[in-house]
Amino acid sequence: MADRAPTAGTILDVRDLSVEYLLEGGIVLAVDNVSFSLEHREFLAIVGESGCGKSTLLFAIAHLLSPPAEIVGGSVTFKGRNLIRLTDEALNAIRWKDLSVVMQSAMNALNPVKSIGAQFKDAMRAHGVTSRQEIASRSAEVLKMVGIDPVHLQSYPHQLSGGMRQRSMIAMALLFTPELVIMDEPTSALDVVAQRSLMVQIKELQEQFGFAVIFVTHDMSLVSHFSDRLMVMYAGQVAEVGSTRNLFDSPAHPYTAGLMEAFPSIRGPRQALSGIPGSPPNLTRRAEGCWFAPRCQKVFERCHAERPDLYPVDGRQVRCFLFDGTSAPPRVAGEDEGGELT
Amino acid sequence: MAFRIPSGTTESATVAPLELAELPGLDHPSGRRQSPAIRALRRMGKAIRSNRKASWGAGLLALFCLLAAFPELIARDNPSAIIYKVSLGPSLHHLLGTTGLGQDMFAQVIWGTRPVLEIALGVGLASTAIAVLIGVAAAYLGGFWDAALNLLTDVLLVIPLFPLLVVIAGYLHSAGTAVMIAVITLTGWSYTARQLRAQALSLRKRDFLEAARVRGERPFYIIVVEIIPTMTSLLVASFLTNALYAVLFSTSLQFIGLGDPSQVSWGTMLRAAENNEAFQTGQSLWIIAPGLCIVGLGAAFALLNYAFDEVGNPALRPLRLSQKRAQRRKIAKQTT
Amino acid sequence: MTTAQPGSADLELTTEPLLRTEGLTKHFQIGNTLTRRRTLHAVDDVCFTIGERQIVALAGESGSGKSTIARLLAKIYRPTSGEIFFEGKRISSLRSRHDRLRYSGLAPMVFQDPFASLNPVFRVSHGVLRGLKLHRPDLDSKQQYEEARRVFDVVGLTPSADVLDRYPHELSGGQRQRVGFAQALAMRPKLILADEPVSMLDVSIRIGLLNLMMTLRDSEDVSILFITHDLASARYIADRLIVMYAGQIAETGPIDEVMTNPKHPYTQLLLSAAPDPRAPLGVDAETDRGEPPKVINPTPGCRFRWRCPIAIDVCHSITPPLEPIADGHEAACHVAQSGAEVKAFG
Repeated sequence: MADRAPTAGTILDVRDLSVEYLLEGGIVLAVDNVSFSLEHREFLAIVGESGCGKSTLLFAIAHLLSPPAEIVGGSVTFKGRNLIRLTDEALNAIRWKDLSVVMQSAMNALNPVKSIGAQFKDAMRAHGVTSRQEIASRSAEVLKMVGIDPVHLQSYPHQLSGGMRQRSMIAMALLFTPELVIMDEPTSALDVVAQRSLMVQIKELQEQFGFAVIFVTHDMSLVSHFSDRLMVMYAGQVAEVGSTRNLFDSPAHPYTAGLMEAFPSIRGPRQALSGIPGSPPNLTRRAEGCWFAPRCQKVFERCHAERPDLYPVDGRQVRCFLFDGTSAPPRVAGEDEGGELT
Repeated sequence: MAFRIPSGTTESATVAPLELAELPGLDHPSGRRQSPAIRALRRMGKAIRSNRKASWGAGLLALFCLLAAFPELIARDNPSAIIYKVSLGPSLHHLLGTTGLGQDMFAQVIWGTRPVLEIALGVGLASTAIAVLIGVAAAYLGGFWDAALNLLTDVLLVIPLFPLLVVIAGYLHSAGTAVMIAVITLTGWSYTARQLRAQALSLRKRDFLEAARVRGERPFYIIVVEIIPTMTSLLVASFLTNALYAVLFSTSLQFIGLGDPSQVSWGTMLRAAENNEAFQTGQSLWIIAPGLCIVGLGAAFALLNYAFDEVGNPALRPLRLSQKRAQRRKIAKQTT
Repeated sequence: MTTAQPGSADLELTTEPLLRTEGLTKHFQIGNTLTRRRTLHAVDDVCFTIGERQIVALAGESGSGKSTIARLLAKIYRPTSGEIFFEGKRISSLRSRHDRLRYSGLAPMVFQDPFASLNPVFRVSHGVLRGLKLHRPDLDSKQQYEEARRVFDVVGLTPSADVLDRYPHELSGGQRQRVGFAQALAMRPKLILADEPVSMLDVSIRIGLLNLMMTLRDSEDVSILFITHDLASARYIADRLIVMYAGQIAETGPIDEVMTNPKHPYTQLLLSAAPDPRAPLGVDAETDRGEPPKVINPTPGCRFRWRCPIAIDVCHSITPPLEPIADGHEAACHVAQSGAEVKAFG
């Protein structure tokens, strides 16, 4: 398919989305009033640790949640239509054609007893393509796009290596050249060289075919060279969101800064790092103040009593009282404070 | 549930992508410090209460246990006494009438509960105990021991059970409770052993078992202390299944005359009834009464088993609670 | 096996390292009577040493053999050939239960998966106390409990009496991994075999565990074999690095030396592929797809030759031996050994 002409405008608008889990021990607000928008051809990375709600958010957008998870508020507007209110039929028309999903583990998402080609055929048939000719040629085309020899259409998933399986997942997601591709940690099962190669491939495909990407990961450094914007989540909320380079160069939210500090570097001087003390919070207990307060180095009294909103700072948004404009804005983190290892 | 609540099986099925694995577990409202044994019992209790089939099963079983424990409280008459007029129909004096030999049928049925229950529980315990030791040992030790124990298990598995029972019991002439337990256990443990072996195989590669091994523990210790406690719900389910089969097999053996005729039991009642051509002579209650009891006790065990299917495999748990709440919310949303 | 002649002057100078492997090899037979029987070469002819109070990082991708080596050292597998010497003694010659038990206390293993490494039905004190019971019979039960509290304090699980009473599901992943280290520490080890101990933890928690490992080295006098696929964390804590590829050692040496002057093309590939937000994106790695081979019935020659941009003729016929290139720095590469500059990736 030909390159798409760049179209301006927002393709996805998430407003005040909230997702709850109804569990025996209590109700967990896994996603708490999250709002963001995505432009055409934009690469947005959503980053956070276990329990921050990033995967839940992703599944909510793709409308793949099942009980005990439930969307309890907000809207997901994709190309002008609210996905939450759509009927199943309408959703099916959009799925895969305009919006597709790449899962974390190909082995879980691919059918182990069907060949790759058969699965592509199933996907295309399910969306109205019946011509054998068209199915065959498109299947070969998408495999070539991800760098796999079309002879592997006959292969079964277990016959392919991990990297090739993930690539075929991506190929399947691109069958109808959607405008938005959602990816849930597609590289986490791969080794470092395969991971790098896959990231580069994804970026190339994105630039060539012009789709937007939402990429969920726990590893910030992985997306540092590929994403346009970065959204950091903590305890179901957006902690900070802004351009990737901005966040890496000068993280504002203490959590983001802490995360940056937690990556030992390959090059450069060896430094003692301390990570972030404590562990992610128990979401069944509604916090009085900021969720991050118990672990924050820059905490002060107000943080324990009130819940911060997202405040605009210098081209991005930060959920921290340090930036609400009332106090003098502190030095933005990133200055070297660590000691040298002797 | 994505929470790693210890259960008898290896993996908890994940229903939705909740990555709260890193969080310290949700505290039980009544307090955190409960030993796994107590928590397991509570979970079982909850599973039984929340599953209607299992609740019925538990109720039935409780009833039968009462009857077995205190028969004299319910049936006044001596069940063996041949003192009444034969073949009386049901009346206030004899709630089920009398048998063709002049015994009070109601008393027979009530007193006959104890031997059956004893056999059922005895076989359940013994079969499960043997099966778990052999099955888990075979899975854990692997290699030669696995092959040897499997051979033993398979041989017993392949031999048709009932004919074997008949041959053995026939050899022993009249089989009382102890003999019944022994015979049924010896022929029946192999199926459960197979199941438990399969379960243990899936556990074998778990890191905590490797950790125990590299720490220097002996295989016997690992099997008994580290592996078996993690399989509790499967063990309970096996116990129930074996008890059920014991009820059916023991009464069948008694029916064909291999039981102890002087013992008052449902199976011996059936035998006496058959010998006296109860159906043909219009004394159908003589067959139906013990027959219904057998069905009832068997059903109790079978129904209880439903609860343990769920404990073992969370994916089978009905989402009743959350579905109800979801319904309420949908309705609330629509009206606002 | 080489032995110094008694009476020779060299005897005093030769101090046996804590751990030494010679020609360590492990092959697995795969296939059964219905399919062809083939041999999987998981580890081939691996020789390395670990000294006292050292952290040695064993890095490689999946299929490199690094986990197999850990299991060989922990005596979970038996080597197909080759020897492992611990404090100078062959561990294959440890026969009596007492000797084998002693070894398992000197070289315990810490596992990768925090959710599977603790038995869910017991409190977390169970593993530690069992370890003490087996390996420290000289202590009575009260002293064993005190020691359990001490090791929990050392690994940062405080208040130790409180944490000891908890069940695994009440602890986070990072805390569970610390319990794993505490269990190892209770047995007074000389060498901890840590098999990817932080790979399954969240990034901000990893640093805590990595710092813990350095503390163990410095204050508990323990050496650690740190198996990982992440070179950045290897660099953070290790003194020496061993890079493995397809069952063989590709390169080894002091970690800073190897990472600033990698001599083996594979090491260069790994370094260029590792994500580093502070550095600009290296463009070479994209040409390599990252498919390490499964080594089944291999032919002689360098196993990296199909992916290597600078492979020469001899690479296809002779397996390169591990030879010193610089002081303490060895590489198994014909090009490097010939003295030519190795500039394959990055």
